Amino acid sequence: MSRLPPGQKAEVRRLLGEGPLKFRLLDLGFVPGTTVEAVRRSPLGDPVAFCVRGALVALRSKDADLVLVEVLPGDQRRGACP
Amino acid sequence: MTFPQDNRPKTDGVVALVGNPNTGKSTIFNALTGLKQHTGNWPGKTVSIARGTFRVGAQKYLLVDLPGTYSLRAGSPEEKITRDFLLSGRPHVTVVVADAGRLERNLYLVLQVLEITGKVVVCLNMLDDARRRGICVDVRALEEELGVPVVAAAARQGLGLQELKGKIDALARGEISVCPRRVKYDPDIEEQLAFMSGTRWLALEALLGQQKPGEGSWVERFKYCPV
Ligand SMILES: Nc1nc2c(ncn2[C@@H]2O[C@H](COP(=O)(O)OP(=O)(O)OP(=O)(O)O)[C@@H](O)[C@H]2O)c(=O)[nH]1
Ligand SMILES: [Mg+2]
Repeated sequence: MSRLPPGQKAEVRRLLGEGPLKFRLLDLGFVPGTTVEAVRRSPLGDPVAFCVRGALVALRSKDADLVLVEVLPGDQRRGACP
Repeated sequence: MTFPQDNRPKTDGVVALVGNPNTGKSTIFNALTGLKQHTGNWPGKTVSIARGTFRVGAQKYLLVDLPGTYSLRAGSPEEKITRDFLLSGRPHVTVVVADAGRLERNLYLVLQVLEITGKVVVCLNMLDDARRRGICVDVRALEEELGVPVVAAAARQGLGLQELKGKIDALARGEISVCPRRVKYDPDIEEQLAFMSGTRWLALEALLGQQKPGEGSWVERFKYCPV
């Protein structure tokens, strides 16, 4: 997920990793089937921000890498954020 | 977080305010208590516990403003403060403030809180904002689904706060009966939970910390946690 360019929407497919970090990602809303949108990245590329279930969530890119997504074409799905 | 009894101002009950970040908890706290907690349009403003009192008729309640969290899993300091307060502070009533325009996300915390206590009032806040975005919520249907009182509010405009106070008071005095919605897990998880006594939330926490023999951890067995 960390490689999504800003404005790109994608659907969460799978979470890698185990234990607390995985739960953290699920708690933040990165549940398989959820639409996410990459919002912006800081100049150094870390952290990266995503719109997920109506909230803006910033992740370290190595944590974002644990979320496997499938890119959605254009504006096929409604935006994840207002 | 312990809340020593002798530290407690003399009141008729303790009411906790919880909710996702930026849902208007401190705005509600200020409106009810007349105090001035920091509010503003960015999340994470409230980082510690603020307390104040409010009255409903002759009853006096202690209101506790807790930090905003998406979850009670104690992964961050805010989550830990809020979780610990709900478990050891044992508030008489817990108000979960939910953003009416982001219900899906907000209901996650509501269901978690219902695993700790059924003495809950859901305050569906930011109704004005949701309406502007074309979102309309069926409050009665939500109340039916959750099994606890739901109050619609727009706290910045002061709307719904009288009703909120009324529901808190009625719940604290046992005038409203609740039937809190429980998430049903897989049968093997429910079977384990049935053997454990006490708060469902603590039983789940304990279960998640255990290994299921031969089949990896229990975490992988949770339906809401597909792998
Ligand atoms: N439109 C609208 N804005 C509101 C409403 N209630 C609160 N706000 C605004 O929402 C923002 C956040 O409110 P706070 O009361 O600080 O939220 P909080 O839940 O205490 O936030 P944290 O402590 O950071 O978790 C502020 O700008 C409030 O003025 C409401 O009903 N409608
Ligand atoms: Mg606050």
